[in-house]
Amino acid sequence: MTGAVDPADDPAYRLFQQRFASVRRSRQTETLLTFAIVILLFVVCSVWTDFAPEQVGAGIPRIGEYFGKLLSIEPDNSPIPVLAWSHLFQGVKQPQSIAYWFYRIDVYADLLWQTIQMAILSTAIGFGGGFVLSFPATRTLLKSRMIVFVTRRGLEILRTIPQVVLAFILVWPFGIGPLAGVVAIAIHTTGALGKLFSELNENADLRAVEGIKSVGGSWLAQIRYGVVPQVLPGFLSYALLRFEINVRSSTIIGFVGAGGIGQELKRVISFNIYEEVSAIVILILLIVVAIDLGSAEIRKRFISTPFGVTA
Amino acid sequence: MSGSIRLSTLDAAAVAAERARHPDAFRAGGRARWLLLAAILGYLIYLMWLFDFGRIFTDLPRVWVIVRLMVDWTGFASWDHAALWRSMLETVAMAYLGTMLAVIVAVPLGFLGARNVIPSVVFRFVTRRLFDGLRGLDQLVWALVFVRAMGLGPIAGILAIFVAETGTLAKLFSEAIETIDRKQVEGITSVGAGFVARLRFAVLPQVLPVMISQTLYQIESNSREATILGLVGAGGIGLRLSERIQINAWDQVAYIILLILLSVAVIDNVSRYLRLRLIGVVAS
Repeated sequence: MTGAVDPADDPAYRLFQQRFASVRRSRQTETLLTFAIVILLFVVCSVWTDFAPEQVGAGIPRIGEYFGKLLSIEPDNSPIPVLAWSHLFQGVKQPQSIAYWFYRIDVYADLLWQTIQMAILSTAIGFGGGFVLSFPATRTLLKSRMIVFVTRRGLEILRTIPQVVLAFILVWPFGIGPLAGVVAIAIHTTGALGKLFSELNENADLRAVEGIKSVGGSWLAQIRYGVVPQVLPGFLSYALLRFEINVRSSTIIGFVGAGGIGQELKRVISFNIYEEVSAIVILILLIVVAIDLGSAEIRKRFISTPFGVTA
Repeated sequence: MSGSIRLSTLDAAAVAAERARHPDAFRAGGRARWLLLAAILGYLIYLMWLFDFGRIFTDLPRVWVIVRLMVDWTGFASWDHAALWRSMLETVAMAYLGTMLAVIVAVPLGFLGARNVIPSVVFRFVTRRLFDGLRGLDQLVWALVFVRAMGLGPIAGILAIFVAETGTLAKLFSEAIETIDRKQVEGITSVGAGFVARLRFAVLPQVLPVMISQTLYQIESNSREATILGLVGAGGIGLRLSERIQINAWDQVAYIILLILLSVAVIDNVSRYLRLRLIGVVAS
């Protein structure tokens, strides 16, 4: 357009351009630096763990072969019956049928039921422990900073020790079997739920507590009638979520000998019984998905979620 | 105030009158609720019996034996500290490598799985179930499988983290992409940008901070997880731990657990600092 000022002559425009360029430069340097650090760390870690491309490359065919056997797509040397439509629904003795593949379904079913029961019991014990310990861990309900601090650190320790490690250790005194697993998961659950519960307690409305205090209610009465009715729905919601997590944990805690389907899974993987590996894995996936869906449904239907507690 | 009562006049008759006035507030739960609670309690006691909870008390002396041995660190100087620390660093390295490899795969997968990038219901269903399948198996199961396929050592652990993490991150990333603000995309589109330019200038600036923050969080959580992968032979500190549990070297077991707790705390704090800094940079 004629008569228009050339923007390059405008001092404000030039200043803007300068600032923009400098900000852009510093941003770009920062990004490049971050990338360099990320890649450097990657290289250092690779060297540290012998994660060399040639080793991984050499392993990939083996992985392919292994998963091929698991999925029974190698009919020649595989012990697994390839599923065939014509035999699919025939009996246990007929290769290439589903029944043949899952021929030990009764054993698996028992172990899966044991796994779920382990999750139920450990969640219940953890709920009890977390419930009791969450109140002394709540700043708003207690005058003594000391007790709050000690309880909180205690809960932290309970939930930071990996539960598989705990189970491995407990197998020594309690023997191989589900007891060690239940105790380990229950201890972890106590720590995890205690912390979440105390956060719910902190958000509870203190007017109810003050009301009970003003008519002479004891500390226990204040908790029982002032706090618990407010927080219980949230507690139950968290406990159900925890139950889902504990079902997953119960399936693997058997790897160290602490009961459940994991013990069997470890055995069949170690002995390379391919068809049983894939059968158990499929069952675990099914059960985990079923429990997740069921628990989500229960939470949606029966439990209102105060304080924005969501999945 | 209507019907107010003064505390000094609160005698038995007044209490009875109030109870009669508000029956719902004083109702004692009802018999059905108590029966339900009793049934639940009974079931739990049955489970305790089933799992042999009596052993907790009969085997308590054995627990005390372990605890006593755990706090006795007289052999501290003779332990192989170099190997323990090396394994601890190896664990963290495994978590980092596994997560970063997963990021490389999960970013494209995340875009493919996002409803607003590929608006096909069937495609989205398939990709989401694929992510669920990878995620649904615990890392420990993957580790056990990879140990069988690749042999003992950290590579099996890295691959286990990589596979399970790909599912998790792809799901998180595609959810982040699905929740972006459409206005920026429309703005860029209105000045004639193509598909790539839309991703680069409208989508990426919105999702990148979320992705980085989630990646940091996953490195943190995988460092925790990686400590146990060694229990099935997949490298790292877990391998040392399981060796020492098997030879009943409880003092060193306690030391290793403390080492794990310490490392996890350090990583937590570094990652929290980085994430806060990141959010700060984004906000300014």
